[in-house]
Amino acid sequence: MTSTVGSRTLLDALGEVRDPELDEPITALGFVASAEVSDAGVATVHLRLPTYFCAPNFAYLMVADAYDAVSTVDGVRHAAVVLDDHFAADAINDGVAARAGFARSFAGEAVGELGGLRADFLRKAVLAGTDQVCRPLVDAGATPADLARLTVGAVPPSPALDRLLRRRSELGLPCDAGAPLLVDPGTGAPIALAEVPLHLRKARVTRTSLDANTGICRGMLRHRYATDGQGEEDR
Amino acid sequence: MYEKDGEKYFVVDSHMHFWNAAPDNWVPGAEQYAKGWIECFHAYQGLGPAETHWPIEKFMKYSEDDLMKDVFEDGYVDIAVFQPTYLTEWYKEGFNTTERNAALGAKHPGKFIANTRWDPRDGEDGLKKLAENVERFGSTGVKLYTAEWREGSRGWTLKDPSAYKYLEACQELGIKNIHVHKGPTIWPLDKDAFDVSDVDHAATDFPALNFIVEHVGLPRIEDFCFMATQEPNVYAGLSVVIGGLMHARPKFFAKVMGELLFWVGEDKMTFGSDYGIWEPKWQIEGFVDWDYPSDEFSDFPRVTTATKKKILGLNAAKLYGIEVPKEYQLDAGTPGARDDAVGVSSDSPAATVA
Repeated sequence: MTSTVGSRTLLDALGEVRDPELDEPITALGFVASAEVSDAGVATVHLRLPTYFCAPNFAYLMVADAYDAVSTVDGVRHAAVVLDDHFAADAINDGVAARAGFARSFAGEAVGELGGLRADFLRKAVLAGTDQVCRPLVDAGATPADLARLTVGAVPPSPALDRLLRRRSELGLPCDAGAPLLVDPGTGAPIALAEVPLHLRKARVTRTSLDANTGICRGMLRHRYATDGQGEEDR
Repeated sequence: MYEKDGEKYFVVDSHMHFWNAAPDNWVPGAEQYAKGWIECFHAYQGLGPAETHWPIEKFMKYSEDDLMKDVFEDGYVDIAVFQPTYLTEWYKEGFNTTERNAALGAKHPGKFIANTRWDPRDGEDGLKKLAENVERFGSTGVKLYTAEWREGSRGWTLKDPSAYKYLEACQELGIKNIHVHKGPTIWPLDKDAFDVSDVDHAATDFPALNFIVEHVGLPRIEDFCFMATQEPNVYAGLSVVIGGLMHARPKFFAKVMGELLFWVGEDKMTFGSDYGIWEPKWQIEGFVDWDYPSDEFSDFPRVTTATKKKILGLNAAKLYGIEVPKEYQLDAGTPGARDDAVGVSSDSPAATVA
């Protein structure tokens, strides 16, 4: 039987996989070295990271998420996701292939799965996204009182707002049109007027931290690999 | 010392290294880690200007002459602080130990401060070794790697009772400055090795010690900022910030500097070149010339010549009790205000921070 899956479809699926720390798709970051599917429906994806010592917990999440994303593509009968050039590549690749979970893949070295870590970084992504949505509003003259009152449904539509709401939804935070724009990313509670300036400051520094980190990672990746990744953007 | 537009800057490089990562120093069986580690460092060098890049061979093992030229002759540094990194599981004689650093320092009196290290997992033996190192090398600072994986242990935190024993020992031995590596890590597994909350606890409980968070918690600058703003004895070590961002990502560099100036403040930020990752020359020249690139930054604290003098040397001089010649002090032209100047006292800096 001949597979009809194109590499474009694979890349689209991989585009849904994010670096949990940088909150960007692994395709855009240049982490996908290759993505191919054979006529028999065997998908093979090679991933690469900015350094040999990139944190293995994040690496594990990306390899596992990529495996899940590729496996669910119509027509893919078998998936292999391989992390290249990393000190923990064997443990991660074998663990993901065996669907062992992080703790079993690093027996004796790791305790617990990574759900908590992922949630921590989603909360950071919500804060950073809050800055992205609020910055233009503040520039246009919105006061802290305006922002404290503002509901999600009253914010002009934008890709930044969509993205913020997707992250909020992943955390189970309120996303309906009547939900406040400013919420505590941990509890979902609205931000009181007196807390708005500090909340915005925190949102801004969180976004700066993410951006700076992404910048360093991109620079390191470029130093390490001369070629573009599949689907890489803004190199 | 550096001079530009009639302004004189006293330069303390508060975070630099003298390592040997060449194959002759690799532990048999751990070659891939030893090689991977130094290649990773080398990639960081790639974030600096192209004309300052070294071939990997030189990067693995630069010479004493290279260091003296790059740091002091060409690099404007007045005093350099060695921060040791042991990594003895991968490097036979260690990556850059207190001994290796101090041996170089002994040949050049007055140029270096040799910090040492400790790890609470070394127990009583480690406490003895720490006292020995202070005695032998006159160390007044330490560099700590809380994320370091070792023999089944997944790192440690400054909150551990065993770490408190060492912090108490530091106070007794006259160690003032605790440089904590919170940045790109060595071997983080399930732990979030960038977590800075342990520094918060220790800084509160040891108000006479200074905690310099190296690499400002990168990639978690925000966590560091929230913490540092509450602790008067927590400092931002700018190694990697200037070297890794100023040239490669100038806009993000401006944002990070703006945030640090807002949350931490110019009195608590210290320059470190991270040599041999990056040479100090371009970092110092670039930083003295630097300002925010546009009006977009108008709500961040202003950057003045005094800001730069403090960050490049006066703040670290104060931490280490280094005498700064009068013409490099902030109030060089106005003797009446000298009592308020930083950088001249060998008293405990913690006594004077806000």
